[in-house]
Amino acid sequence: MTLVSGRSAIPPTRVHEMDAVVVGAGGAGLYAALELKQELGLEARIGVISKLYPSRSHTGAAQGGVCAALGNTEEDHWEWHWFDTVKGGDYLVDQDAAEVMCHDAVETIINLEHLGLPFDRTPDGLINQRRFGGHTRNYGEGPVRRSCFAADRTGHAILQTLFQQCIRHDVTFFDEYQVLDLALPQGSGGPVTGVIALETATTELHAFRAKAVLFATGGYGKIFKVTSNAHTLTGDGMAIPYRRGLPLEDMEFFQFHPTGMYRLGFLLSEAMRGEGGFLVNDRGERFMERYAPTMKDLASRDVISRSIYLEIAEGRGIGGKDYVHLDVRHLGADVLNTKLPDMSGFIRTYFGLEPLTDLVPIQPTAHYAMGGVPTDIDGRVLADATGAIVPGFYAAGEVACVSVHGANRLGTNSLLDILVFGRRAGKKMAAELADLSQPVADAGAEVSVQTRISGLLAGTDGERPAVIRSELQEVMFLKCGVYRTEQLLAECRDEVAGLRERAQHLLVDDKGCRYNTDLGEALELGFLLDCAEATVESALARTETRGGHAREDFPERDDANWLKHTFATRDPASGAMSMAYKPVTITEFQPKPRTY
Amino acid sequence: MDVQLRIRRYNPEADDEPHWEEYTVPAEPNDRVLDLLHHVKWYQDGTLTFRRSCAHGVCGSDAMLINGRNRLACEYLVKDAGPQITVEAIRGMAVLKDLLVDMEPFWESYRQVKPFLVNDEIPVDGKERRQSPADRDRFEDTSRCILCAACTTACPVFWADQSYVGPAAIVNAHRFIVDSRDTAKEERLQIMADPDGVWRCRTTFNCVEACPRDIKITRAILEVTAEIGKAGLR
Repeated sequence: MTLVSGRSAIPPTRVHEMDAVVVGAGGAGLYAALELKQELGLEARIGVISKLYPSRSHTGAAQGGVCAALGNTEEDHWEWHWFDTVKGGDYLVDQDAAEVMCHDAVETIINLEHLGLPFDRTPDGLINQRRFGGHTRNYGEGPVRRSCFAADRTGHAILQTLFQQCIRHDVTFFDEYQVLDLALPQGSGGPVTGVIALETATTELHAFRAKAVLFATGGYGKIFKVTSNAHTLTGDGMAIPYRRGLPLEDMEFFQFHPTGMYRLGFLLSEAMRGEGGFLVNDRGERFMERYAPTMKDLASRDVISRSIYLEIAEGRGIGGKDYVHLDVRHLGADVLNTKLPDMSGFIRTYFGLEPLTDLVPIQPTAHYAMGGVPTDIDGRVLADATGAIVPGFYAAGEVACVSVHGANRLGTNSLLDILVFGRRAGKKMAAELADLSQPVADAGAEVSVQTRISGLLAGTDGERPAVIRSELQEVMFLKCGVYRTEQLLAECRDEVAGLRERAQHLLVDDKGCRYNTDLGEALELGFLLDCAEATVESALARTETRGGHAREDFPERDDANWLKHTFATRDPASGAMSMAYKPVTITEFQPKPRTY
Repeated sequence: MDVQLRIRRYNPEADDEPHWEEYTVPAEPNDRVLDLLHHVKWYQDGTLTFRRSCAHGVCGSDAMLINGRNRLACEYLVKDAGPQITVEAIRGMAVLKDLLVDMEPFWESYRQVKPFLVNDEIPVDGKERRQSPADRDRFEDTSRCILCAACTTACPVFWADQSYVGPAAIVNAHRFIVDSRDTAKEERLQIMADPDGVWRCRTTFNCVEACPRDIKITRAILEVTAEIGKAGLR
């Protein structure tokens, strides 16, 4: 026990015995917890551990919808959705996984309706559906109405519904606990036997022992300066296994969403274009007609973001600056106020503009990590590129890489991913629980977390975490953003390494034990730096342009050499990085040039 | 421009009493009050403590009393707040540190109204339950609640007596009471008809003014009252 500034101390670790724990309370985590309760009964000790109250999770910020080929408003087939997902992912999608997702989508959406989700309805009372980027009928012929939605707050509706049903099923919540490490008593090969978490209210450490652990912690968009992600999306769930020597898959693929609000970064939903909005440059041209003659403003996000960058690079940004306009004026008051009320509200609140009469300034914003902790189709975490399983360890949602999004995720497929794979992971955990070994403590990890916290609280000089974080966000946005080159990435790698070095000496102002969010942010900075390292290293390795990874020095997709996933690993002992590769699973759709 | 930020600080671990502290923060007119709080925390005094996450008004973490009114710090811009801004914790809840309050009683009230759809019957065709757009519209407004507590902590009845379930819990009860798919309406109406339930509302409309989602809370409360009457529970 370390005394801190004479008046407070970190109490010894408290222990909780659970059957299974879920880390993260967004859509994936809550659906998994609900499944676990439904499969194992109300007596099962299922704990959901979250940095935030569950209703604060970033699933709630998702807007436009969730796709499933219900065919409620026009003909649709899940196989078409499957094709769109594979093509949208620039053929880096594991097709067996995408098949599961698009097939399961239909039943999953129906299940959510049964759980109470307030979907918009057709005149006949069915779940209503609308168009969304990259989703087509009959293998690319034209847009299709596939996105099921609750106004423009579909994620909010999903998060609320799943939280509500978890309350109904008596899930145990540990709110405002920050998970800092995995219990891996026998090393990175597993088994995982629990987690170590910091209780924000008290700065107490808690060891949760469980036979099965699911990470559903979301993404790491805060490595970038302009991002749609919440402040809390700091890649904790990716960095923790990475530090223990487990791999991260396809980290070079980060999606930049084309319509971020200028400078603010948060999103104006693709649904604004789904309902008929379009992009214009400084000359008032609908430039997407040139880049994507068929799908135009509903081409996939990587294509549109790159098109915007090219317009800006050629001087056709608004007033020569680094943004273009979204035009929704013609949609009319009815559509803007009833189908897109939150979006219209954002434009009014944050820009003071009126979407009915004004053009809206937008720029691409860092939005979504296609990569993450590698898993199989049941959420089981892979120990390496050969596909070995880490017993007791599961991941689902943005933190995971199944891989259903390949090099670029289609709009709405993130919500679908968290739902389908959160649920499947929950089912699998329930099925495997009896065969998993009794949890034992990882004393080494407990001591190491204790030491890290004591060190941060004891330090009296060093740099503020915010200074380093802000430099990280600048360099990542500038040198590892929409367009990349070998030189930029090499510089970026060096700068991130320098920031990692500087982050060894942080100044945490708050030395107390009560809601020490200053400490929390310092710990999050460490996670961000690790995620940035893996991202840059993977981006350097991949010498081609595909989906969300655009290399100016390698402008073509290179199927001969790169139909494979990257697995970035850092040796915990030596700190040496290594890269391994896993072939893409191609079952149905042979790679073709991608046009929209 | 510079903004003068007055923040009511209180750390029970170190302070006997709450006190005001002033900070000068550089700001642009379009900055959010949350940006100013971050500026203090990140570059001036890391001990300043508050909750936040999404920073654009959808997660409900950062309800605070700003310039005398409950608002989300991420939705209130400097150009509207002016050059002198006072920030304190929302009222009626125990302050645990600075702008961060004890939310547990709030969640308890929320759980009390059984905030979940009850209906275990699945249509025989295995598909979605049908619901007309008109029936769906009845809870459109109340389903938008983000549980930020701005309404409940603006309510004078709640300030006086925290056993009142409060507007946020009633809004969430309403969301299910008027949902044509739900089968636990009566149970929820019983809870609402409790002496600490819906009758305590004095229709001062503070909640409506405070709601960052512009939910018509008083109307929802009146609709719940009417449903109680219809069910003969009055």
